[in-house]
Formats: sequence, C-alpha cells, structure tokens
Amino acid sequence: MSAQTSELAPALAGEPRTALADALRRVVRDPLGALGSALVLVFVLSAVLAPWIAPYEPNAIDVPGRLQGPSLAHWLGTDNLGRDVFSRVLFGGRIALTVALTAVGLSLAAGILLGLIAGYGPRWLDNLLLLLLDSVRAFPVVMFALAVITVVGPSLQTVILVVVVTSIPAYARIVRTQTLSLRHTEFILAERALGAGVPRILLVHILPNVIGPLLILASMEIPVVITIEAGLSFLGLGVRPPTPSWGNILSDGYAFIRNTPWLVIAGGIPVVLTTLGFTFLGETLRDVFDPRLRRD
Amino acid sequence: MLVYTAKRIGLALVILLLAMTLLFSMIYLVPGDPASIALGPRATPEMKAALAARMGLDQPIPMQLTNFIGGVLRGDLGVDVWSNRPVARIILEALPHTLALTALGLGWSVSLGIVLGCFSATHRGNWLDRVIGVVSVSAIAVPSFVVALYSLLVFAVALKWLPAIGAGQAGDLGDQLRHLILPAFAIGLGWVGYIARLVRASMLEVMGENHIRTARAFGLPERRIVYRYALTVAILPTVALLGVGIGNLLSGAVFAEIVFARPGVGKLIYDSVLNRNYPVVMGAVLVTTMLYVLATLIADLLAALLDPRVRANF
Amino acid sequence: MYSTRGCGGTEAALDALLEVRGLSVDFHTPRGRVHALRNVDLSVPRGEIVGLVGESGCGKTTLISAVMQLLADNAEIRAGEITFDGRDLLQLGEGELRSLRGDRIAMVFQDPMSALNPVLPIATQAIDIQYRERLGKAEKRRRAIDMLRRVGIPDPERRIDRYPHEFSGGMRQRICIALALSAGPDLLIADEPTTALDVTLEAQIIALLRALKDEMRGSILFVSHHLGLVAELCDRVSVMYAGEVVESGTVRDIFHRPQHPYTQALLLCDPARIEEATRELPTIEGEVPSLIDLARGCVFRPRCSKAFARCTVSPPLYQAAPGHVARCHLLSHG
Repeated sequence: MSAQTSELAPALAGEPRTALADALRRVVRDPLGALGSALVLVFVLSAVLAPWIAPYEPNAIDVPGRLQGPSLAHWLGTDNLGRDVFSRVLFGGRIALTVALTAVGLSLAAGILLGLIAGYGPRWLDNLLLLLLDSVRAFPVVMFALAVITVVGPSLQTVILVVVVTSIPAYARIVRTQTLSLRHTEFILAERALGAGVPRILLVHILPNVIGPLLILASMEIPVVITIEAGLSFLGLGVRPPTPSWGNILSDGYAFIRNTPWLVIAGGIPVVLTTLGFTFLGETLRDVFDPRLRRD
Repeated sequence: MLVYTAKRIGLALVILLLAMTLLFSMIYLVPGDPASIALGPRATPEMKAALAARMGLDQPIPMQLTNFIGGVLRGDLGVDVWSNRPVARIILEALPHTLALTALGLGWSVSLGIVLGCFSATHRGNWLDRVIGVVSVSAIAVPSFVVALYSLLVFAVALKWLPAIGAGQAGDLGDQLRHLILPAFAIGLGWVGYIARLVRASMLEVMGENHIRTARAFGLPERRIVYRYALTVAILPTVALLGVGIGNLLSGAVFAEIVFARPGVGKLIYDSVLNRNYPVVMGAVLVTTMLYVLATLIADLLAALLDPRVRANF
Repeated sequence: MYSTRGCGGTEAALDALLEVRGLSVDFHTPRGRVHALRNVDLSVPRGEIVGLVGESGCGKTTLISAVMQLLADNAEIRAGEITFDGRDLLQLGEGELRSLRGDRIAMVFQDPMSALNPVLPIATQAIDIQYRERLGKAEKRRRAIDMLRRVGIPDPERRIDRYPHEFSGGMRQRICIALALSAGPDLLIADEPTTALDVTLEAQIIALLRALKDEMRGSILFVSHHLGLVAELCDRVSVMYAGEVVESGTVRDIFHRPQHPYTQALLLCDPARIEEATRELPTIEGEVPSLIDLARGCVFRPRCSKAFARCTVSPPLYQAAPGHVARCHLLSHG
C-alpha cells in the first residue's frame, strides 16, 4: 500500500498534466472503468448526434402502427401513438444530457461559491450557511421536488431547479472542509503576508486541491440527477409531453404494460446503462485518485 | 453522552424549524397569491377570498409563520382544500402502509447487505467477492423505480407469480405480505449494495486490527471471530447510516406506491400534487421530513450508545 | 568442535517443549522475496524461560508468528520443522492448530491498548477462550475471576464485567496475561509485553511472569529488545540478527562471555551498562542489511570490526562451550 501511495504522490505534486494523463490511462485499463467510459461515451455521442442518427422524427405519430415490438423498421418498436421508440430514446438522451450538464454545472458553481465563503469567511457566516445547507438536506429529495412542483408547476426548469438546490450541500461541504483545513496552513499565511488578495488565494491555492474530490462527486451525482429527472418525468411532473424523455417513455410503457412489455424495457435500458456507466466510471476515478480508499 | 445527546436533539429541532420555514415560504416564491395557488386555476374569487381569510393571509408574514409552526406543533396541519378534512387525519390514514413498506424494505436490504458484506470481507480477492462488488455498485446505480417497473413486468405481468396492484385484503396478513414483496424488493435493492460495500470495507479494516490477532491467538473458531469479535465492531458505522437509509427508502416508496398502485403517503402526495392540493402536499412532505430527521437522530444516538467507548464518556 | 544443529546440548534438545530446526521463511512482496528467517534454530526446554533478543526487524516477530502458525498470507515457509511436544506444527491442519492455540500455546502481545476487543466486556472474552472446556458458564466465569485475581486485578468479581477501555495500560496487560494463561498452556509466548509500558509497570509485569511461571510449571518464550529485562527474567537466551540466530546459550554465557561480535556490540551499547559518564552513546556502525538482496557470507560482516578473510563464507553454528553456540568463524580455531 505504501508503495502505491509513494508512486502517485510525486506525480500529483509535480506535473499535473502527466499525472492526469496517467490517471486517465489507469481508468481505461481497469475493466469497470473501461466499460463505464464506453457507456458514457455512447450516451454523450448518441445524445449529441441524435438529430442526425435518429431514423424518425421523435414525435411523428402513426397510430395504425402502434405498440409494435422491435423490428427492422423500428429497432425498439413503437409506442402507444406509433412513434418510433428508438428515436425517442435518442432524443430523451438529449434531455438527460442537458439536465445532467446544467444541473451539475450550476450546483458545482454554487456549491464552490458557498463552500469557499463558509470556509474562508467569519465563523458566524459559516455556522449560518451550515444550518441552511443542513435544512435543505433534511428533506428527502423526491419530497422536496414534489413540494416545489406543486407550487411552481411541473416543467423541465423546475426539475433542474430542484436538483440544483438539493445537490448544492454536498459540493459545498467538500469545498468548505478543504478550505477550512487549508486556511490556516503556513503557506497560505505566507501568501497573505505577501499581500495576496482573497480571490487569488481562493482560486490559485485552495481550488486546485478540491478539484479531485469534486470531480468524483460530480461523476457520482450525474446518474442521480438523470434518475431524478427520469423519475419525475415518469410521474408526469417533469418534462412535458410530447417531448420525449426516458421517464415519459417509461410512463407510457407503464400505462400499456399489459399490451406490450417492449415499451417499458426500451425506456428502462438507456436509464440503466447510463447510470451504470457513470457509476462505474466514478468508482474507478475514486480508486485512481485516492489510493487510500482503494478496495483491493 | 448526555451532552452529546442534548446537542444532537437541539440541532435536529433547529433544522426541523428551518425546514418548516423553508416549506412555508415556498408559497411566496411564486407570483400570485397562495390562495390561488392552493385552489388552482379553477377557483372562483369567492373561494379565493374565503381561503385567504382562512389561511390568515391578511396577517403579516411572520405572524403567519408563527401560526403555521404553532399549528404544526399542535398537530394541526391545515385542511384539505377539496374535502375539508383535516390534513393530519388524511396523512395518518395513509402513513401505516408507507411505514410498513419502508420497514420491510429496510429490513431485508440491511440483513442481506450485512451477510454479503461479511462474506466479501472473509473471502477477499475471491471471484465471488469481485462479483458481489460489481453487483453492489450496479445495485446502487440503478434507479429504484426502474427496478420497480422491471420487477412488475417480470414477476407480476409476465410470470404472474406475485400480485401487481394494491395492498392486499385488509385483515389477511399473508395476502398483504404477498403484495409487499415486489415493492419492498424494488426500494431495498439499492440499499443492499450500499450496505454490502460499507460492511465489507468496515470488516476489512477491523479484521486487520490487533484485537482480532489476539482472538486468533486464543485459537477461537473463525466463525466466532468474524461474527462476535469483528462484526460487532464493524457494524457501528452501519447503524449510523440506517437513518439515511430510511430517507432514501421513503423517496423510493413514493415511486413504488405509484407503480404498484398501493395506498400510502407517496400515492397521497402524488395525487395531491396533480390536484394542486397544497396543504396536503405540504403536510405530507412535512411529516416525512420529520420522520427522516427523527430517524437520523435515533440512528446517530444508537450508534453512539452501542459503542461502549462513547457511552463511557459522561 | 562445532555442531551445525541445535542450539543446545543433546540433553536439552531431547527435553525441549518447543524445538525449531532449520526454519526458513520468505515473504513475497512487490519489491521481491524477503528472506525474513534463514535456517533458524530455537529450543525452549520444559519449565524454562527462554529469551529471544534482537533489534527491530531482526525476525523475532516472524519467528513467533511462525510458531503460532499465524503468518501473513504472503509468507512462505521454505524449510524447517517446528516441533511442539513431539508434534510437527507444520504438518498439522488448521483445526488441530486451533485446538493448540490458547490451550497449549498462548501468546501475549506488545500493545495492551489495542489487544482486547473494545466492544465486548472482559468476561465475554475470558469465557470465550475457555470454549474448549466442557464446563458451565458459571464455572468458566469463576475461573476467569480467579485468574484475574492471580494477576493482581483488584475486585475482580465486579471488574470482570467492565470493558477494556476502563482499565489502564498496565492493568490491560495483566488481563491479557490472565487470559493467555487461563487454559493453563504449556508454553507462553510473550512478544515484548512491556515495551509499551513505563518502567515501574515493567518491573511489576516481569515479577508477575516469574511468579506465574513457577506456579503454572510451564515455559515462557520471552521476546524483547531490552537486554536488562532478559538478563533478569530468562534462563537461556538466543540472539537474532537480520533473520538468523547468531548466538545462543544460558544467560550467564551470553551476558558474561559473549562470543559473537554482534552480541558483544549489543552489550556495549546497552545504556544500562555504561559505567563512565560519556558524551556519546556507543552505537554499532552501519545499517541492517536488506533482506531481499543478501550478500554472500556472514550477514554481520559489513558491520563487524573483527571480520577477516574467512567471513566471506557463511559461518555455521560453532560451539563455544556445552550449550553455548555462536555463528562466527572466530570460534573455528583454525
């Protein structure tokens, strides 16, 4: 174990670029990591390229051809309105990707900001922010979402809002802990003695140390975010139909589950594969970046 | 111990209060007045005025908040806008179903998780350990409502081994249990993975400690060493996590109740959200949040209590 | 003139409770094979206290782990036999070994603070170690209380139900000794039992061990790097260096007539033996060799002030006197 920690430490301390490349190589070499990366890649590519690779318009209705199973014409069959499920799945991926990137991006930004303030600012502010963050954490996520949706009304934006608000505490905590621990170290004090301003200290010295854990958290949060969006859309409280979302496909499938199993199967597969992909990737990232947590 | 307990309880209360304030203030996030929102688009001006008066909307906001919190403490969660029944009563009727589901889900998942975790730890590096590891991670990743849908599809619709809908005949325990199997499985699956991994990591750490070496030098049977000497120490972090587990499973229960058309708080909330029945939604969310906070509080205190080293620090 | 086998005379060897012969143990590590023990002989006669001395890393712990057959997974026993009361431990299955451990061979460890299970009361652990006996729980508990009293724990009837963290370090070590002795083992292995304790406690534990040894009519294998303690407690001593036994004999032989340059240097460096006030403490120059790439010849040669041409060949155990052997060519007389 100590041999492995001594391998990584000089690499991380010395040259960030080669260390990153080295880390990525290790991720790909691990079987789960490779699988996860492949799944994530497929997800991102299919979502981005959806308008070009989808065989049909996702909302093109063809009632006579409804509820068919998989065939050469329709790889994943058709839904209750005769729409091509495969195309809808591809476009549903776009929604998932949008939600994932937006939500994680926003919560990351807000979390970093709050974490830095809490860690670096005065004690009372830290306590106050902690209390606020903890009260948000007191709600089971879905309950919170439902409460907000009742008030604001269902839409994609609402879903993103809820996801962001409930994710912020996790990011903020990591940043806060790191900031607190680094705040009184000698080299920070030295920087302040040299006249370095607060923004510089925060950006140049504290942030780079948090990137690793934040990245791991983000990769673990993405499947959660995608799940919440799919779940809420499944309940009819997320993306408004007819816009395809994996959750919408699943809820259509659920309504017609006794007619055909294919709709539910087809709607569930992308969710399962994508969440598995990100989770495997996140796990491997965690093993690579933090040998101490390695489960050999 | 006493001080720690007092502090924890105090903290929980403060957080609950803040949470209530947050819920309460959500109504004001939106343009338009709360009465219209509560009543939805079909409300007439008279209904709105009546509700506004009843909700005390003419009073200053801090006053409303205090009234609200006071009401909660008295057990008065307001009144359902449609049926006029007290919200508290409605929730109380639905709660037992959800609690039964959550308890069963937690029970089976924690039990299986502990067994798998112990097995993995004692067979480390074995192919079975690796398989359990991958399965654990996968179980955590896959959303519980997808599991619910797939298990409904396979076991209820296709194979017809288990019932698809409802909670079963009242008074017939066996029937009710049969109806609980699939939903409890769906909400608990992710947690099995979580617990298995935690117990494995915890056990591996404990097995390397000196007191286990002593137990081995005593010549004690391996099984006793693993279960009585190692697991009793390793299980402590898991106890603390049970509170979080309940919150997790409660969220899953919402979906499970809808997929399997079971009565319960989840289904209640869902229907109320669709009807914009805000008092019911707010009351139910409040109740579940309180349960969650209570569960984490009890779990934390229990974990501290079970460890004699912590217990001794009076 | 010299013997290559056994570290005692033939009489002692026949009567030995524990006899280790030619034991070689390797560890497989990512950096290579570590030759932790090489051709080690050790003899513990019945009813005697044998000391095992050497600096950290010399292989003492590996040796006693081998005796208990509790080596790590990456250990490989390449050669040798370990005979306990006539039976070769290396040939026994795990079940038979387990029946010996705690019952016939018991062990006390170095760090009393972490040696006991923190969430189980002493009573549970004390009763568990007697699991082989066909006695009622009440009887086992009584015996445990008795044992605690024997090692000097006050008010044992009540304190047996307490948890380890409620006792001080010295008390915990006594409890460990009590537990180890509760089944009446023939051999007690004490791995640096006083290293973690302060001097007054150390003296108490040593006195306790001596008293108990007489009572229990067993043998003790006492491992330590503290020469003074060994001199006080033991009848015979074996000195180890870098995985080999370099000298072995009675306490008198070793401390008054040390033959191996390493033993001599060790004794010189012992702070307790310094008679004149001095600025610098004597040390042995050089470093302990790597156990992966061993140089040929005597393992102590790089640091030996008396090394000569012959030392490029690995020395066997030469006999300096009956029952006193040392692994050094200086004894070869020609």
